[in-house]
Amino acid sequence: MSSLQDYLLLSSLLFSIGLAGVLIRRNAILVLIGIELMLNAANLNFIAFWRFGPNPSALTGIMFALFSISVAAAEAAVGLAIILAAYRHSKTTDLDRMNSLKG
Amino acid sequence: MTASFMILALLTVAGMAAAMGLRNAVHCVLALTVGFAGVAALYLQLGAQFVGLTQIMVYVGAVAILAVFAIMMTHSPEPVKQPAFSSQWFVGGIVAASVFAVLAWAIHSNAAFTQGLPPQPEVTVHQIGDALMHHFVLQLEIMGLLLTAALIGAVVIAMGHEEEMK
Repeated sequence: MSSLQDYLLLSSLLFSIGLAGVLIRRNAILVLIGIELMLNAANLNFIAFWRFGPNPSALTGIMFALFSISVAAAEAAVGLAIILAAYRHSKTTDLDRMNSLKG
Repeated sequence: MTASFMILALLTVAGMAAAMGLRNAVHCVLALTVGFAGVAALYLQLGAQFVGLTQIMVYVGAVAILAVFAIMMTHSPEPVKQPAFSSQWFVGGIVAASVFAVLAWAIHSNAAFTQGLPPQPEVTVHQIGDALMHHFVLQLEIMGLLLTAALIGAVVIAMGHEEEMK
């Protein structure tokens, strides 16, 4: 039988993978995807705590995860639009070369 | 730890690690869909069917497609000579590994997290809709407003200036 500990360990591993991607990737789109991975790890925690919590029939964990997924979708859309605007300006998505504010 | 949890966890971790580690950006997004589907299967295993299907629709269906389009529009799939990772990748790897070590230690040392699975709660879509329309109706409206604002904002930001379009 899986315990809450297993789910928390899995989600902390997913969070660390996303964090590593954010810190070491050079492509701005993949950095944004790393942020999505970290949000997914948080959502997995919401659902795991809801399932193992004392009162799962209150549905608060499910609602929190649903709203969190919606906010993540909005964040992805705006983030990719910002990356497209920055690409149009500097002709690259390489974060090591995107190093001036004025272009 | 059940066998189904192990399989799903391995699939998810492998997909997400490949999404962050592969060189070609399109391959990264394809691996990412595997990872997102694995997380959705974990939601289904935990009894949150509605959240699992929402995860598939939003992440596998929308966010991954959006990322593929962004990669196509920025010519990222072209073969690049410079490395895929930042010059300070070693520092980033150490930071991520230490974050995982601290989180794993904190989870491992807490005895409250070792309890087994309580009986499966009965959650129907009817109940979720009822809660959304009564108890969480203000949050639902705010979410609709936020999504509308994000939609308009994303179009305005990505549209560019008038003179560039001519």
